[in-house]
Amino acid sequence: MHKEFLMGNEAIALGALAAGVNVVAGYPGTPSTEVLESATKYGDGRAYVEWSTNEKAAMEVAAGAAYAGARCLVTCKQVGLNVAADPLMSLEYIGVKGGLVVMVADDPGPISSQTEQDTRTFAQFAKVPVFDPSSVREAYEMVQAAFALSEREHTPVILRATTRVDHGYEAIDVADRDEWQSHDVEGFVRDAARWVIFPRLSVANHAKIEQRNARLSQEFSRCAHNFVEGIACGDVRRGIATHGINYAYVREALGGMEGHENTPVLKVGTPFPFPQDLAVEFLAGLDEVLCVEELDPVLERALLQACGRHGLKTSVRGKLSGDIPPSGENTVDSVRAAVASFLGVENTRTTEADASAPQLPVRPPVLCAGCPHRASFYAVKKAMQGKKTIFCGDIGCYTLGNAHPLDMVDTCLCMGAGITIAQGVCHVEPDTACFAFVGDSTFFASGITGVVNAYYNQADLTVVVLDNSTTAMTGHQPHPGTGRTMMGQVVEAVSIEAVLRGIGLTTVETINPFDHERAVQTVRRVSSEPGVKAIIFKSPCVMLARPQATSVVDVSRCVGCRRCIRELGCPALSFEDGKARIDETQCSGCTLCEQVCPVGAIGGGERL
Amino acid sequence: MRDSIILCGVGGQGTVLASRLLSTAAVLRNVPVKAAETIGMAQRGGSVTSHVRIGENVSSPLIGHGDADLLMAFEPAEAVRQLAYLKPGGTAVVSTRPIIPVSATTGGPAYDLDAILGYLQDRVERLVVVDANAAASELGTARVLNVVLLGAALNAGALSMGKQDIRDAIRARLPERFHELNLKALDYTDNK
Repeated sequence: MHKEFLMGNEAIALGALAAGVNVVAGYPGTPSTEVLESATKYGDGRAYVEWSTNEKAAMEVAAGAAYAGARCLVTCKQVGLNVAADPLMSLEYIGVKGGLVVMVADDPGPISSQTEQDTRTFAQFAKVPVFDPSSVREAYEMVQAAFALSEREHTPVILRATTRVDHGYEAIDVADRDEWQSHDVEGFVRDAARWVIFPRLSVANHAKIEQRNARLSQEFSRCAHNFVEGIACGDVRRGIATHGINYAYVREALGGMEGHENTPVLKVGTPFPFPQDLAVEFLAGLDEVLCVEELDPVLERALLQACGRHGLKTSVRGKLSGDIPPSGENTVDSVRAAVASFLGVENTRTTEADASAPQLPVRPPVLCAGCPHRASFYAVKKAMQGKKTIFCGDIGCYTLGNAHPLDMVDTCLCMGAGITIAQGVCHVEPDTACFAFVGDSTFFASGITGVVNAYYNQADLTVVVLDNSTTAMTGHQPHPGTGRTMMGQVVEAVSIEAVLRGIGLTTVETINPFDHERAVQTVRRVSSEPGVKAIIFKSPCVMLARPQATSVVDVSRCVGCRRCIRELGCPALSFEDGKARIDETQCSGCTLCEQVCPVGAIGGGERL
Repeated sequence: MRDSIILCGVGGQGTVLASRLLSTAAVLRNVPVKAAETIGMAQRGGSVTSHVRIGENVSSPLIGHGDADLLMAFEPAEAVRQLAYLKPGGTAVVSTRPIIPVSATTGGPAYDLDAILGYLQDRVERLVVVDANAAASELGTARVLNVVLLGAALNAGALSMGKQDIRDAIRARLPERFHELNLKALDYTDNK
């Protein structure tokens, strides 16, 4: 054992390595990404690690390896679990031989996601046991407990953590490398009655799953990750039920309320199967319970159900009763306020904004200075000016193309949807020029099926692939177009252009978006052709390609028209003393503003 | 050691490294530490905040409003945005160099630097301002603003740890070729 200061996601990776994980597969997505990266960094070749093309592929790779007896970890964010839902739902019925843990990162807020879905609810729906850590240390312990449970019960197990645990840091005790378990893989044993899903097998296994989960519910009432602490006192006996990072917020709140430090707290680390017996013991001694939870009212519903089943008169409050906000992320302050109100304690802290504070600028995230996506969006915008258009966006940095002044993302739904949404529009609105912007990683993840669908079903649209040679938003992970794997191999990259031509597209043009005039001409020419056609804007992410030079405004020539600022929205450009100004610490010399300036007052950049 | 620190700024300014140095300083002295970072979309020019909590019996890595001993702001508007975290009598160390977002030049709320600095002066009893431009030109780089601010906080007596703790953290955490520059940055505000 030794102490290390770790991010929650690093702790999860180290816990999996300590549990002898053989295979790690996932798809990047905030706040889950660092788990797989850390498994690579710390594992040092002990486990096979891959960034899969998407979460469904990752889940199936892991399932296959687990059939053969390997211990496997799948990593994804909550919306990634939707992509992997098909294999996971069936895998629960088939089961596994080697332990299979699915690490899912939930994102209350949401801070970097499309939805506020709760993987505790998903686990219940999928009948899969789920662990919910409240700290970095507990995440480290739980991933090991999850592997043990998975292998013992032959079921996938979910470890779901929320952003504040994933991206929280703590100095914790971790196993030394020589204390890590090593796990030998037995190999796949042919057994059609076990590995081939058929309705008859499903109904038989369904019954076993329900029995097992009932048994696990009892077992979990004695699990160290579920506990009750504190003693009720006073005329009205009040207690708090909580989970995850909210447990830390509740402890902070109670610690600051004199006389209430010992308020009974039920902390649930295994929301499914729910530790019913422990919950009933907790409820039986109390008149009122406040459920402090994030995302869905999972504990609240379980406690209400327990009260009904056991005829308890305890009043259960939380999200359903309006005592806890139904959406959004809880904070130390919001939990303190809710607990104070529940216990009848005065909350002296004010969380109201100071009305006398000066107006502050807003800082929505923006495309970086020098980002090639800005040039691509601007080229399409210029080329299609005055025409009836729709610009369907997708998931990645380039979603930020929606911001003013580009205003180039009309829709964004989920990974890969832009292409098929554009197709839907083209079938009912034939006079509209339909564009679908898709990033290179998203293209491989789920764009290809959309292009096949659109091409075969005779759609009329332009696919614009924004190829920056990386998965930029999540921190530059490799994908099949990059020619690198997580095992450190340099391999033949999959060519996006060849894929598009292989599908049958005859017009596929690759161009550097920073060559502005040519890019505009290309968009005009390509988009005017019938059927499905594609433009690949190829230029590396500015965070990967080091800037060569910076652009400079010649103030004697700048006429102060603000065109560069108004048109591009580049964070390196500002306006000072009647002239445009370029922040040299941000500028990468991409030359886009030089090409936009009507009087040639900007120079010095160098197009890559 | 017992400190609750909020670090705030704009994505890309180096708040994460400053928070890591504070945490490392605690780890090196065997003092418990918890922290939380903004990672993800906000790193693209959005507002970012780090929380660091050092000391025994800390439950939450996140700090509540009115609980921070020190607010270390890499940008003045961000200092105002996160000021509610500072406890009464706490110290704010603020870089006065504004980072003006695209939105302020394309029709969004304007950036009024004088109003922002004036508000901080009125509201924060123990305010330490750092001229980041001067520091960058004297030290030859804007990259070490994080360590300059740490040095200013230590000089203001805002932390229960000492300068030696951060020196050790710099040596433990950073590649050797950056030691000299960062140690110099740590002392930058000594005679200001």
